[in-house]
Amino acid sequence: MKNTILKVKNLNVELEGEKILEELSFEVEEGEVLAILGPNGAGKTVLLKTLLSLLPYQGEIEWKEGVEIGYVPQRLPFIKDVPLSVKEFFDLGKIPINETKGILKSIGLKEGILKKKIGDLSSGQFQRILIGWALSSKPKVLLFDEPLTGIDIGGQETVYNLLEKLRKENNLTILFVTHELSIVYSLADRIICLNKRMLCSGVPKEILTPERISDLYSGQVKFYQHRHLDDGTVSP
Amino acid sequence: MTGQFLLSLISGIFIGGVAGFLGSLMLSKRMALAAGPLGHLALPGIALALIYGFDISLGAFPFVILGVVLIWFLERKTRLPMEALTAVVFATGVAIAFFFLPIDQAEAALVGDISKIQLNEAIYSVILCALIFIICQKIYPSITLINVSEDLAKARKIDVKKYNLIYLLLVALIVALGVKIVGGLLTAAIVAIPAASSRNLAKNLAQYKLLSLSFGAISAAVGISLSKGTTLPAGPLIIVFSAFIFLISMIFQRGK
Repeated sequence: MKNTILKVKNLNVELEGEKILEELSFEVEEGEVLAILGPNGAGKTVLLKTLLSLLPYQGEIEWKEGVEIGYVPQRLPFIKDVPLSVKEFFDLGKIPINETKGILKSIGLKEGILKKKIGDLSSGQFQRILIGWALSSKPKVLLFDEPLTGIDIGGQETVYNLLEKLRKENNLTILFVTHELSIVYSLADRIICLNKRMLCSGVPKEILTPERISDLYSGQVKFYQHRHLDDGTVSP
Repeated sequence: MTGQFLLSLISGIFIGGVAGFLGSLMLSKRMALAAGPLGHLALPGIALALIYGFDISLGAFPFVILGVVLIWFLERKTRLPMEALTAVVFATGVAIAFFFLPIDQAEAALVGDISKIQLNEAIYSVILCALIFIICQKIYPSITLINVSEDLAKARKIDVKKYNLIYLLLVALIVALGVKIVGGLLTAAIVAIPAASSRNLAKNLAQYKLLSLSFGAISAAVGISLSKGTTLPAGPLIIVFSAFIFLISMIFQRGK
């Protein structure tokens, strides 16, 4: 049975006189993983922020009633301006310590990290902390901006695995924004291709033809179809 | 030790400590220098207070509020960088003040004079400082989250505008009180330097807050005491000692 968690209809976003998103309409089912794919400046981040009601918009955004949304931003450039331990970062979200410890376990980090300064974490650790922070509000939906930006290959693998695990454990609906095709293949049930307008949507294998990708990125990226090998590694 | 000295010492420690504490928030908001233009803008008010013989903080306050409203408005309505505002406000405040600032009292206006503080002034200064401290402590986690990421804060349904307004009002209050000890020219220093020293040393937020407060209070105490022993004005002594702590914090930062 269809169980729609988000309905977007004729969504338009204009910021400082510039049209960023035009006439977007799509739906998301509960438990689905939706990738929002597009080149830089396509309005991907703006779409996530609009879905969170952080930006003004025209049109309709309808979340299933009472649904809690967790948000993992792309970067937090200013966080190093504040001397903040991991524990204190969780404290800012008024998250009880027992819960924080549980979250650390589920994102695969040891309790010892609580005392570490946020600025001293690796990008992969920091990414997981941000995921953990978003999970603390016990969301049904996770909005995730560029999960892999600035993370080395080894770290990327653990972020995939983590998202996959969290999705299974918590029946999370995940919407993530990316321009990396590899994560789209391994994680997404469905894709929306975005460049201000919706260019395509559907199942990754059917949608992501080399021609279409080339259209979307205007030749900016090379296209590899990743093939998963039996030993769990990914080959180009 | 005279009663007058004790009065100025206690008021100085409270104002300096709370300025340092609030300064730690301003530094992480990348707004540490905002106290500068605010202090300068207060100069005409300070000049009026000196001419008509009323409390200089009282004279400064309406002008500082005007500055805060300006900052608040500009932050919301334009993308004008803070430097632009700073340049305009800095100079205008000083220029206007010099039209009517009584020249024999210029020193008190520019670099402060806590040594003649009256009992009633000291009492309300201490009470206001305690109040600022309590409110600041209460809004600290939310403002810090806003400083780290407004989007995260909004996603947590924190009313960013409300918190920013409360925070700016606290800044206005501490600047108005700060002109008592360091005058209109040096207010940026009492909020910025202790917090900067503290950030060099702190490993976490709790240390950062505590050290900012302590450095502010210690600098004020040392500056006022040194002023008693010498003929030098307390305001500049406070700032110089504060800068000395900063230098030491730089040395220890390297070893970290």
